[in-house]
Amino acid sequence: MIDAILHYAFLQRALAAGLFIALACAVLGVFLLLRKDAMIGHGLSHVAFAGVAVGLAVGWMPLLSALVVSVAGALGIMKLKESAGLHGDTAIAIFSSVGLAVGIILASVSGRFNVALFGYLFGDVLAIEPLEVGLSIALAILVVGLVALNYQRLLFMTFDREAARVAGVPVRRLDALITVLAAVTVVLGMKIVGILMVAALLVIPAAAGLQAARSFRSAVLGACAVAESSVIAGLLAAYVLDWPASGTIVLAAFLLFGILFLLRRRG
Amino acid sequence: MAYPPADGAAGNRPALVRVEGVSFSFGFRRVLEDVSLSIDEGDFLALLGPNGSGKTTLVKVILNLLTPERGRVFLWGRQAAEFLEWERIGYVPQKATHFDPAFPASAREVVAMALRSTRAVARLSRRKQEEAIRRALELVGMDEHRDRPIGRLSGGQQQRVFIARAIVTDPGLLFLDEPTAGVDAETQERFYDLLGRLNTAQGITIVLVTHDIGIVNKHVSRVACLNQKLIYHGRHEDFCRSGVDEMLAGGQHLVSHRH
Ligand SMILES: Nc1ncnc2c1ncn2[C@@H]1O[C@H](COP(=O)(O)OP(=O)(O)OP(=O)(O)O)[C@@H](O)[C@H]1O
Ligand SMILES: [Mg+2]
Repeated sequence: MIDAILHYAFLQRALAAGLFIALACAVLGVFLLLRKDAMIGHGLSHVAFAGVAVGLAVGWMPLLSALVVSVAGALGIMKLKESAGLHGDTAIAIFSSVGLAVGIILASVSGRFNVALFGYLFGDVLAIEPLEVGLSIALAILVVGLVALNYQRLLFMTFDREAARVAGVPVRRLDALITVLAAVTVVLGMKIVGILMVAALLVIPAAAGLQAARSFRSAVLGACAVAESSVIAGLLAAYVLDWPASGTIVLAAFLLFGILFLLRRRG
Repeated sequence: MAYPPADGAAGNRPALVRVEGVSFSFGFRRVLEDVSLSIDEGDFLALLGPNGSGKTTLVKVILNLLTPERGRVFLWGRQAAEFLEWERIGYVPQKATHFDPAFPASAREVVAMALRSTRAVARLSRRKQEEAIRRALELVGMDEHRDRPIGRLSGGQQQRVFIARAIVTDPGLLFLDEPTAGVDAETQERFYDLLGRLNTAQGITIVLVTHDIGIVNKHVSRVACLNQKLIYHGRHEDFCRSGVDEMLAGGQHLVSHRH
């Protein structure tokens, strides 16, 4: 198996992109879960679907068009949530279904990219191109870096928003930051596990990290460890068993989550 | 010892907090009506009033969490909306202990949260920050529990950690909104002694919201009584002679500690 990685460039690319992207998803995921914002990943993935369809229709790199559309969608969700006084996940539900609607219409009207779209829906990390790998790694580093820079302030407002505001934390600016970063990670994660499973990358490693954590730091580190292990184990298992990489990575993450969950309940 | 008038400044120093004619409503429900008061350096002010009298709302207006529909608030002589030096103010909200008990944060991390909130504190070196965290935790007697998850501490211990967070930036002014709700009497006693020490030894001006005047009176220097309007605002000793306290306490007799 190690031989295979050393040997095949496509495996190396998948592994490199996967490790960086999963890391960004895990770090951000811990904040999203504790903000009770887990559904935003799911909603934004559908918006990203529209973005991919736009890219394929007009001939842009789908990763870029999805990035633009998702970030716009994320800001739209935030604005709609604030201004219309909508309850809970209403804004997310609206944007996610409209995203799907636009994607479906574009896909059927232009009618010639159903195979490509399939890859975006279910993930096709083994087919990731060198340019996409570079872009993904750069964006993942940007996400992790921005979270690290604002770590304590984000933690403060996640734990106690009002006290954070009084302490001078710019909570609305940081809301926007988290939302935009969620959009970026969703698009990145889409490259690995596909639109239909990308929420798993945000939620499962984070949930696993939260199982046994006695501190926030350990929750984040645990989530990262689970994310990285799932990518490595998932990719190798997929290669050996000739399974689709996306589903295998998600299952590996779920398995690790399950183990930690059971350990916590017994210990 | 002569106190300055309630709404004036001590010498040429501006009051730390000046509230001028503040009114506030939630929808059609008037909660604060024409409230004016000032808080001077060194005060230990007890903000009293029955449930729903607007105490929490007044604190939130002062802290710029709510915008008054009429009137103005000044912090260190600056309008609250333009105030930037929030590290000079510590705040322990009323529902501070109502967080998700499974939230993964150690006591140390809860205190550390406040140390990047404004530019001024973010500039501190890592070593200085660690030292500030240790000092704050020691002051409230929680340093030995620094690595325990906040959700596993008792209510009284959690409150002490929140106070440590509120004082870690070395503020001159501390707001505590009913910090001892659900804490047993003996722990409360020690808790108020801690506040008394912060007030006298550390020179921190304290605003304590409570509806239990009985237990705090030996540390309190001033009293403000709220019930939508400000019913009383003045020295603690005068308050005890005014009879308002008995009215509030439902006739229960209270002893005034004269120094
Ligand atoms: N977010 C809100 N929306 C509508 N009404 C509110 C809101 N918050 C408080 N109120 C109402 O405003 C009034 C004053 O509330 P406030 O919390 O300031 O009282 P309080 O003096 O702090 O009471 P307590 O001693 O119970 O804490 C209450 O009648 C309350 O029902
Ligand atoms: Mg209150």
